[in-house]
Parts: sequence; C-alpha cells; structure tokens
Amino acid sequence: MPFQGAENRDSTVEALQAPLPPRARSALWLDPAFEWLTKAFAFLVFSILVAILVSLVVGSELTLRKYGLSFLWREDWDPVREEFGALVPIYGTVMTSFIAMAIAVPVSFGIALFLTELSPGWLKRPLGTAIELLAAIPSIIYGMWGLFVLAPLLQSYVQPLLVKLFGNIPLIGQLFSGPPLGIGMMTAGLILSIMVIPFIAAVMRDVFELVPPMLKESAYGLGATTWEVVFRVVLPYTKVGVVGGVMLGLGRALGETMAVTFVIGNAHRLSASLLAPGNSIASALANEFTEAVGDTYLSALFELGLILFVITTVVLALSKFMLMRLSRQEGART
Amino acid sequence: MHKKTMTKVLGFAAAALVSTAAMATDITGAGATFPYPIYAKWADAYKKATGVGMNYQSIGSGGGIKQISAKTVDFGASDMPLTPEVLAKSGLMQFPTVIGGAIPTVNLKGIKPGELKLSGSVLGDIYLGKIAKWNDPAIAALNPGVKLPSQAISVVHRSDGSGTSFIWSNYLSKVSPEWKEKVGVGTSLNWPTGVGGKGNEGVASYVQRINGSIGYVEYAYVLQNHMAYVEMKNREGNFVAPSAKSFMAAAAGADWAAAPGMYLILTDAPGAQAWPIAGATFILMHKVQEKPENAKAVLKFFKWAYANGDKMAESLDYVPMPNNVVSLIESSWKNIKDASGNSLY
Repeated sequence: MPFQGAENRDSTVEALQAPLPPRARSALWLDPAFEWLTKAFAFLVFSILVAILVSLVVGSELTLRKYGLSFLWREDWDPVREEFGALVPIYGTVMTSFIAMAIAVPVSFGIALFLTELSPGWLKRPLGTAIELLAAIPSIIYGMWGLFVLAPLLQSYVQPLLVKLFGNIPLIGQLFSGPPLGIGMMTAGLILSIMVIPFIAAVMRDVFELVPPMLKESAYGLGATTWEVVFRVVLPYTKVGVVGGVMLGLGRALGETMAVTFVIGNAHRLSASLLAPGNSIASALANEFTEAVGDTYLSALFELGLILFVITTVVLALSKFMLMRLSRQEGART
Repeated sequence: MHKKTMTKVLGFAAAALVSTAAMATDITGAGATFPYPIYAKWADAYKKATGVGMNYQSIGSGGGIKQISAKTVDFGASDMPLTPEVLAKSGLMQFPTVIGGAIPTVNLKGIKPGELKLSGSVLGDIYLGKIAKWNDPAIAALNPGVKLPSQAISVVHRSDGSGTSFIWSNYLSKVSPEWKEKVGVGTSLNWPTGVGGKGNEGVASYVQRINGSIGYVEYAYVLQNHMAYVEMKNREGNFVAPSAKSFMAAAAGADWAAAPGMYLILTDAPGAQAWPIAGATFILMHKVQEKPENAKAVLKFFKWAYANGDKMAESLDYVPMPNNVVSLIESSWKNIKDASGNSLY
C-alpha cells in the first residue's frame, strides 16, 4: 500500500509547512523584552554595589581629605575633639576574626572529615543538618547567649585559669593579662568561631565529597590508612576549595555586627591582652551611627564602613575565585 | 482638681476636633531615643483625645538635629541642648519636655541599693581610672562603716552615643577639672578606661554580670532592675538618693529664665535635695515657620502634654517639668512666628 503511505507523508509535510500558531509569533517581542528585563535586574544589583561604594567614598570625603592614609594607623577616637583614626577598630576586627578562624578551621575540618569519611551512614544526615541549622540562628541570639551565658562562664572559670596558666610567661602572658571581665576580644572571637563553623564545615564537607571515590579506594587498596588517605588524597585534591570555604567564613566573621557588639566590650583602646575589651569596625558603626553629631565624626564612621567594605569584598572575592578554580579543575580531570 | 483637668481635656478635645476638620495633618517629629516611650504614649493618648496623630521616629539626637535642620519634620528632639550660638545660626529654638538623669550603680558583694556614697570628684577619678580599687582611701572616707573589698573597679560606660553620656560627662566636667581637660563633654567620648555597653540595657547587663563594676544608667532602669544605686553628694554637700523628688528639686532650683535659649543642663544644680546628675531632653523647632499650621499643631500637642501628660510620664519613670518651668516654656513659644512675623502661639 504505497499510495496510502505517500499520502501520509504529504500530510506530514503539509502540517510542517502550516503557519505557526499565533502564540509563537507574540514571543518575537516578548523574548527580547524578557531578556532585557532580566538583564536590568542583574545590572541593578551591580549598580547598587557601585552606588554603595560611591556613597561611602562621598560620605567619608572629609576624613579622607583630613587624614589621608594615616587614618588607617591613627589610634585616637575622640568624638569630643573630633580626632579619629581606624587602628583600634581595624585591629579588633582582624584580631577577633583571627581568633575565630584559629578555632573554627580545625573544628570545621574535623566535622567535615567525620561526616564524609568516618561517620556511619545513619548519622550523616541528622548531624549534617544540625550543623547547618547553626547557620540559621540569627546573630543577635548568639550575642545574647554570649553575653548572658558564655561571658559569665568565661569570667568565672576559663579566664582565671588562663591567667593562672599563662599570665607569668613572657610575651604570651601579655595576651592573658588584666582582670577577667568575661567580655572582650576573646569572647567575641569565641562567639564568632561558633557562628562561622557551620559555613566552613558545610563547604569543606561539600568539597570533600567531590573527591572521586576511585582515588580514595585506590589509596585504600594500596594499604593507606584513613589518616593517609585524608592527608595525601582528600586534602591535596580539595585544598583550593577548603581555602575558599575558610575565606567565606572569614568574610562572615569580619562583617559580623550584633553578636560582636554584645560581647566585645566596645572600648576604643588598643590592648595586647585578649581578655581586654576592644572594638570592631562593624560594632563601632552599629553603636555610634545614631548619635553621631558633627560632620567629621560622621565622615570617620563612613570611612570605617568603606574600610570594612573593601576588606570583606576582597576576602569574599578571593574565596569565590578559589572555589571557581576548584570547579574548573574538577571539569578538567573527569 | 480632677474636674478642672477633665474640663481642660474636654476643652482641648473640642478645640482640636474643630481644627482637625480643617487640617487633619499629623505631626511629625524625629530625634532622641531616650524620650521615645513617653512621646509615643503621649501621642497615643493625644490621638484618642483629639484625633490628631503624632508620628515620632526615634532615630537618635544627631539624626533629629539633621532632620529638623533639613525641615523634613515638624520638630526635632535632642537629649543634648544646642548652645545659643548654634540655635541662632540655624534659626532654631528649643524647650525641655521631661527630665532624666544618670544614676551610678554598682555591683559589689554585700552592698545594697543606696548603701554606697560617692562624691563627684571621686566618681571622676574612678572614671579616669585613677581610683582603681574599691578599698581606695578616697572611697572609704566617704563610706565609714561600709566594708569595701580590695577588688579592681570595672568601669562600664555607654558604647553608643547617648544623652545619658552627655549628662554624665557634663557633670564630671563640672566637678573634676582633670576630666574637663582630658575627656570633655559629649554624647560620645574618648573613655579613658572601662567597657562599653550598648544602650541602657547593655550597661545594666554588664554591671549585673561583672562583679566589682560601676556603671551609669537612666533612672527607669535602676527602678525596673532593682540595681544598687549610689547616693551622690550634691552641691550643697548633702547625700541624696535618685528619686522623682530629687530630680524635680534639680529642675526647680535651676534658673531657666536666665539661661539664653533654655540652654541649661541640670548637673551639679543648686538645691538642698537636688540630684546632681540630671538633665532635660529637648524639642527643637524653627523660629520662622514655613508651615504655620503644622507648627501650631505641634505647640498644641506639647501644651496638651504639659497639662495632661505628667501622670503618664511618671508611670514610665520619667520626671515631668515643674509648673513654673512649663509656664516659662509656654511664654517662649511666642517667639515662633510665621513668615510674615505673626506669633503662632
């Protein structure tokens, strides 16, 4: 029955040649419009970023002119005489973040390692979720907990012990001198470490899971111990991602405001002791913006904001860059 | 008395109802955080009584001064009075609404509220870090019979800029020349020693956490948290406890009439029972009004508040202005004029 077949084919061709339904035609202008709209959204975010940067620079014009770069290492912060410098808050920001990282990185590494390599299967999910939930707690709650629970504990038990143990050792003793107040740089660093652990641990766990099982299994097959597998295979394979995760945590620690304000002690003084109160950039801004009377004062606060903006942008850009490099390598290897 | 206030309220309500029909605009104000609770309470009651709303944003004194200078609000509010020179330059006038004060409180084992006594110069030395132990002879001399521990003094101050800090530093500057020279007066300061707590609640909780600490908070916080306040030696040499009465005594003893632009801070005020660390919070308005209707509404609101708001203020632990000062304030309103120079009050 060739005839019928030919007729069938003809009808198919006819159907294909038939004009497109009207819906498709309207998309001719809808598509570019939609593209234009989404492009506008994307550029909106970018332009807001630039606008914030510009307004910070404009806002801090007065102190930028008055002090120039010396603002970065001036120690005074005297609203009455209108003399300002950023050294104390910069030091506080960097120091608290450093303490936080010193605690959070090894702990997060342990968590990620346990979750990917050692944990029994039934424990992986609940434990992983619990750690991720830590990230969902609003920072002000960390601050309240830090002030009402952690600080008194540190003041009555931990800090006197530290003073007793290290107080008389030269150099290190400097870090643990002065009366234990329970609030200060150390407490702020501790709170921050708890806050960034979920971020770092989550990224580490994810990158550890990226390691092809074949590599690990081969190493195990050659007789490597778990320890050797982790340090010779998993870590070298994921080191860029791990560093990226650490940077992500660092970015959060640098910019954290409320939790730090509660426990850092908010004193514009440079002190070698970790037990002493200090100040961070974000905390100084949160504290002083509302009642900042006087143009120089306001300008100094704007410049602090600018400094924080630059620091966190650089740190986050670095972390993104490293994570990007990791995924590119990932593509090359498979 | 009650009848009188009632008729007053009704009279105002009636007057306001008539006028709201004509304007119906709400009053807007912005500024200090310290008086926010009482302004909000007054606004609520005023709305019920007259139908005119008052919208107050507690953005801080600095913000309040900026907003009123930019004329985006009908009135600004500041915990720190502006000097007569600044007022003249910006064309503003100011008047006080309620009195607050800073109360030193301590956390010392075995010390009950009111048990510890201090003088201004000793307080200054503590906040300068010169007196660092509780059993310092200077403190012991003021407190015979009180057992003082050999413990380090932990100084607590405000970390945010605040009117309370302004009153506090103003007092210390008056009683301690060294404070005046080294630190000075302001809402934010370069503190020589101590830790900073955010807001009254921050200072209160630091003081309650740290054994051996001294801090300063507003009156309401002392009452609500049952904190161990310190009795202060006032200008006349008497030791006084903080109370509504001793605050009023400070306000009544002050010579408001002689103060140009009502620039008066009630620290170290004369009066046998006067609390030495008191201060009023202020309203700022333009002397020449572009929108006379709004200015009239603002003045009406505060007239109503002075007449009917005392009980509400006391219920929130604010101290209302004494009557003689209120009449002085109301007569100063005659200086608020419209563009053609007619008095609006």
